[in-house]
Amino acid sequence: MRRVAGMVVLGLALGGLALAQSSLLINGAGATFPYPIYSKWFDEYHKTNGAQINYQSVGSGAGIKQVTEGNVDFGASDGPMNDEQIKAYRSKNGSGILHFPTVLGAVVPTYNIPGVSVTLNFTPEALSGIFLGRISKWNDPAITGANKGVSLPGNDIVVIHRSDGSGTTYIWTDYLSKVSGDWKDKVSKGTSVSWPVGLGGKGNEGVTGLIKQTPNSIGYVELIYAAQNKILYGTVKNAAGSFVKADLASVTEAAASAVKTMPDDFRVSITNAPGKNAYPISSFTWLLIPEKFKDSAKRDALKGFLKWAITDGQNNVENLSYAKLPKEVVDKELKAIGKVQ
Amino acid sequence: MATSTINVPNAGPVSGSRSFLAKLRNGDEIARVVTFLFAATVVLIVVLLVYQLWAGSALPRHKFGLSFFISKVWDPIGEEFGALPFIYGTVVTSAVALILAVPLGIGAAIFLAELAPQKISDPLQFFIDLLAAVPSVIYGVLGVFIVIPLMRVWIAPALKATLGFLPLFQGPAYGVGFLTAGIVLAIMIVPYIISVSREVLLSVPRDQREAALALGATRWESTWKVVVPFARTGIMGSIFLALARALGETMAVTMVIGNTPSISASLLAPGYSIAAVIANEFTEATTETYTQAFIELGLVLFLLTFILNGLARLLMMLTASRGSGTGRA
Amino acid sequence: MNMNSRLKMRKFVSAFMLTMTGVCAVTAVSVLFLILGYLVYHGGRDINWNFFTKLPTPVGESGGGMANAIVGSAKLLLLASLIGVPIGFFGAIYLAEFSGTKMAFVVRYSADLLNGVPSIVIGLFAFALVVHPFHHFSTIAGGFALGIMMIPITLRSTEEFLLGVPNSLREAAMALGASKWKTIATVIVPAAYRGILTAILLAFARVAGEAAPLLFTALGNRYWSPGWNQPIESLPHMIYIYALSPYEDWQRQAWAAGLVLLGLILAVNIVARVILARGVAVPRS
Repeated sequence: MRRVAGMVVLGLALGGLALAQSSLLINGAGATFPYPIYSKWFDEYHKTNGAQINYQSVGSGAGIKQVTEGNVDFGASDGPMNDEQIKAYRSKNGSGILHFPTVLGAVVPTYNIPGVSVTLNFTPEALSGIFLGRISKWNDPAITGANKGVSLPGNDIVVIHRSDGSGTTYIWTDYLSKVSGDWKDKVSKGTSVSWPVGLGGKGNEGVTGLIKQTPNSIGYVELIYAAQNKILYGTVKNAAGSFVKADLASVTEAAASAVKTMPDDFRVSITNAPGKNAYPISSFTWLLIPEKFKDSAKRDALKGFLKWAITDGQNNVENLSYAKLPKEVVDKELKAIGKVQ
Repeated sequence: MATSTINVPNAGPVSGSRSFLAKLRNGDEIARVVTFLFAATVVLIVVLLVYQLWAGSALPRHKFGLSFFISKVWDPIGEEFGALPFIYGTVVTSAVALILAVPLGIGAAIFLAELAPQKISDPLQFFIDLLAAVPSVIYGVLGVFIVIPLMRVWIAPALKATLGFLPLFQGPAYGVGFLTAGIVLAIMIVPYIISVSREVLLSVPRDQREAALALGATRWESTWKVVVPFARTGIMGSIFLALARALGETMAVTMVIGNTPSISASLLAPGYSIAAVIANEFTEATTETYTQAFIELGLVLFLLTFILNGLARLLMMLTASRGSGTGRA
Repeated sequence: MNMNSRLKMRKFVSAFMLTMTGVCAVTAVSVLFLILGYLVYHGGRDINWNFFTKLPTPVGESGGGMANAIVGSAKLLLLASLIGVPIGFFGAIYLAEFSGTKMAFVVRYSADLLNGVPSIVIGLFAFALVVHPFHHFSTIAGGFALGIMMIPITLRSTEEFLLGVPNSLREAAMALGASKWKTIATVIVPAAYRGILTAILLAFARVAGEAAPLLFTALGNRYWSPGWNQPIESLPHMIYIYALSPYEDWQRQAWAAGLVLLGLILAVNIVARVILARGVAVPRS
């Protein structure tokens, strides 16, 4: 008994002794989508600056909540905060919160049809029809019309969507809401929605796993996921009428073509962007930085980080299959960083 | 007999006018008070938890009232929330898990306690205890890569071929669904049943077995009709633990159940459970009503556990006359 | 002759059922070896000296490890045990030795209810009590959440084993003039010690693999966590993040972490049983 007590005391002491450096620790939480690039960036920045920026991917919604309540120093989200949330932040903290886009991502339609190993073309009507449950067979004219030369079977389509609330779903449903009035009325956009049909897979991994195992299925996953795992995915017809395959260039183009209409607070949806080669299901992801910082060391570290991330840091993103920010957006942001006090 | 009511009398008068301090000097009183405080803490924690759940779910409770229990709609955008599909899924998957895990667990425990020599039984027990430590997410991934294909390619077709006339096994077999989730859950909860049951069986006094054998019982009869009933309450306790784990399991279930809030008689259909939907959508919940709907779901699960536990205890009390004679609730 | 054939039938049933129990045991153990095999196959390569000594590196960079997660898990589990074990153990003593049936019923029921609460809800409860009022995530909050989860298993199982101690031992102690608490401390608990240890180790194993309650309490930390008041990393949390990521490199590390976690639990199990071994008072049949 005494031995146990001794060990416990020793353990506590050791734990307390791990009070190593007095190096700065900044905590942030939010979206899962940019987690890989953020962890790379924070690690790189730590090597040069020394500040330890600890980012945890708890989800966009949780990130917004935690930064609003002041439990973390900054947040991150795949979907911009809505007016209600911004008001809530202001009333809780006395000052505002700023959005800074960091990288671009895209969502792609993936499928598993026995006998089909080519890239299929999807029109907005086809995608919305399938996910609404109206188009139920693969050889429906809405699908075959865009894929002449491919023989599609008359099998029932199995729809797979995300079960966990996520920015990916937000981007996908945001796009469908823009291209389909029916979708907008019946389902609308959000990180979690009430799906008319389909099975739910948890995370990109879950969706991909289900698609691999379920013949005649279709689902949506993040581009980085599809690229890293070499999954077959289709093209989507954009607002300019061309069928575009999602890749880093077409995603950056989507952001560039939306710059002219971008508001100063960077809260913009770039789905169904107008550019000729723009991929229509693209999106920014944002860091949510408070306008006012009590701790000047934290503020300076974060401002320094932001400046670095949107300029030099962009060199790291393509390796991990994220798309770079277009130059116009970067310039605008560099000016906006000055607002952080 | 619920307690050992053996109170060792103390030297000195035991009158009402005895001062509190004098009572304290009695080691037994201190022991009673101290241990009481610890036991009371458990109740306190539960009360606090219920209070938090109640207070934190005020919005949806006022908005939906009792219809929360019977509504099948779950619409985060339209802010319509109903718990019925989740309640159904939780009950069904836990039932399947118990049906599979209890015979397996008790059987294994009997083997380890009665038949296996100590040199085999003890190391095997170490390993089975390890199963309790495997993180939920690993069970989930293994469920995805091993159980789902097994289900889709072998188990579901076999079930449909033999028992397909039952509504239990109708409809397309996607691989995910209630049955798959039940199987994964069964694997997760079996260690609790084995571990505790084995210890309880081991502590049954030797003379019980010997008496049975002396009366001419076979080894199995002695085990099943004498030893196991003697250990009945301990084994039931382990089943309670296992059931509780099944009801509250999140990660592994959400990866194999199909995450579709629908009610279906078929075990092969996809479904959802309370814990799974909380794990999936809670962190992204945007509005207050939406967030609190999950707290209310937590409250519903609590209620469900309350009822299921009550029913199980009732069952135990009603069948208490046979066997061990310890009719503890 | 009738008797003989009936006897033969009973003997057959006996042999058959006992074999079936063997089958059950083999099934249970093979599942474990299947899991271990999967982990070894997919993650074995990533277990090296770096794993135990270095901090995590971003995806694609080799040489990283989970040193902070290992230490983090140790700190969290230590806290959890300090909270969960005393409450469970002493509470069980109260139930078994002192309480009346009503209180016993209430406490047992409460423990069973607590056990059924999803781990993520326990995390939210701990968040409301320990994170929200202080506005930061911490090791203490994580330890608190895990500690609560340890209580039901410890309490219910310990109580079972205490009650299983035959009354003859209690009566013998009383006959020798021992007071109640002395009887408990020197006779009853040692007699039930094996089962109690099993209960505690089972509870420990259960919470060692939990990530959900840590999401909103300990949060997670890519770096070392000084003291007890900062966010902290843990092995199950790393597994959760890495296993569900799109990168094969990270997925392999997740399996490696799973293997290390199980290895550490096994080590704790063995060490606990060896160090705290005393003679078993109740003889095995």
